[in-house]
Amino acid sequence: MNRLDFEIIKNVIKDNSRILDVGCENGDLLKFLDKGKKIDGRGLEISQKNVNICVKRGLSVVQGDADKDLISFPSKSFDFVILSQTLQATRSPEKVLKQLVRISKYAIVSFPNFGSWTIRLKLLINGVMPQSSSLPHYWYTTPNIHLCTIKDFKKLCKKNSIKIEKNFYLNRFGKKINNPIKKNFSNFFSASGLFVLKK
Amino acid sequence: MKNSKKFAYLGTNTPLKLDSGKYLKNFKIAFQTYGKLNKKKNNAILICHALSGDQYASGKNPITKKPGWWAKAIGPNLPIDTNKFFVICSNILGGCLGSTGPKELNPKTKKIYNMSFPVITIRDMVNAQKMLIDSLGIKKLLSVIGGSAGGFQALQWAATYPGNIVSAIPIATSFRHSAQNIAFHEVGRQAIMSDPNWCNGNYINKKKIPQKGLSVARMLAHITYLSEEAFQRKFGRNLQNKLSLAYGFKTDFQVESYLKHQGQTFVDRFDANSYLYITRAMDYFDLPAQKKGGLKNIYKKTPVKFCVISFTSDWVYPTKYSKEIVDALNAVGANVSFVEIKTDKGHDAFLLDEKEFNDTVKGFLKATANKIGF
Repeated sequence: MNRLDFEIIKNVIKDNSRILDVGCENGDLLKFLDKGKKIDGRGLEISQKNVNICVKRGLSVVQGDADKDLISFPSKSFDFVILSQTLQATRSPEKVLKQLVRISKYAIVSFPNFGSWTIRLKLLINGVMPQSSSLPHYWYTTPNIHLCTIKDFKKLCKKNSIKIEKNFYLNRFGKKINNPIKKNFSNFFSASGLFVLKK
Repeated sequence: MKNSKKFAYLGTNTPLKLDSGKYLKNFKIAFQTYGKLNKKKNNAILICHALSGDQYASGKNPITKKPGWWAKAIGPNLPIDTNKFFVICSNILGGCLGSTGPKELNPKTKKIYNMSFPVITIRDMVNAQKMLIDSLGIKKLLSVIGGSAGGFQALQWAATYPGNIVSAIPIATSFRHSAQNIAFHEVGRQAIMSDPNWCNGNYINKKKIPQKGLSVARMLAHITYLSEEAFQRKFGRNLQNKLSLAYGFKTDFQVESYLKHQGQTFVDRFDANSYLYITRAMDYFDLPAQKKGGLKNIYKKTPVKFCVISFTSDWVYPTKYSKEIVDALNAVGANVSFVEIKTDKGHDAFLLDEKEFNDTVKGFLKATANKIGF
């Protein structure tokens, strides 16, 4: 599995940095980054089964919950903290976001955009909770309990005085959107967003 | 792999200062090595044994004639691969398989120590191990690995000598002995000391052995090393060599027979006074108490890479204690991995060839070795 945003994250991260991947699953992103870059990578993962897989692969990973356990890390203890496609599955996205920027110099956050035109269209026409490639679950099985749009996310950052250093918008095929018009209307055109944040 | 007797004679110039304030001069540590030390001397791994373990971690144990206690984990192409690593395992200070302990001669008085042996701690054991490692010319260990009381030693190594180890793998362990841990040990000690053959600890001189006491201590302890599920799975209510209950107090159930066997075989290989001293050392273990601010201050800025491993059915040192260690390490930004292995085999699971466990140790050691470049 190669998630949409791996390449972008790799380009954002600098060599010799300390990284924490929050919700690192089976360690694919850490392994991917480790191949191309010199990094000191760690992972936090909620499923013990996934943690065991990671450690077997030689990664430094602990079992933990983004909602509860980020608080135990000291401030600015990482150069980059990554929360890839996980924010929408946390119980308190605002608290998690605050913790991310506290423990890191830069937080990289990506999430599916619920404001994308395909989702809007599906809801408008079908009148049921939309499903897509990045949101494949039914409303009653989804782990994504706090879906938001890019506009919502930006508002939340502003509320907490979190600076958006960089932003990337991806279409539904995982390709970076470069068209300036579409970029301007990112909340309408992009399937997901990736932001580099700083406090 | 052949086990030949190896000893290091230590404390000849500078004695070992014990936590009790006493000094230990001219003592010996019995040890075994497996694999070869490379030219850079950076492939050495120290294995710390638990309460009833010994230096014969791999190969054939010359006393029991059985495979070493961790023969399934240490050897060529095994998780702790002796084709790659130089593995050292020493009998702990206070032990009874060659290292200085209560059954050895006090070089000063030329008499057996017995209960005049000073009370020792986990930190004393680790300090003695450090002297052994120094005597072998090794500056930095690739890893210190141990389960149970061996895990105490691994944690203590990381606390006392962080610059001399690259990584530590504390397994099925804790950072201090709980009231329940101490309670079980005390029952074991009382069983030994109330055996008339214990003779106030002077049984060797009186040519006696407190067999019953030591065997009961082991039976009790062994119950704690397994889990309720494991006992049920292994024995249930099965009867031992009989078809119906005998309505008496000889062995009726298989589980009784099993425990008696555990007790008896233990007496053949272990010294009762050593059992008293080592259990005491474990009871005294309280790592956070060693420094103001506790674990967080002890491991502040630690360069050591940790892999903490626990087992779901371990009720001697349950997972929550491993989690506390991991939380403290995270809080100081240490490099830590934490794996909890699902098993019904209880505390002793680390000795029992669990695939998940083996793969974890193997993966972690491989990554650690890669990190320092071999």
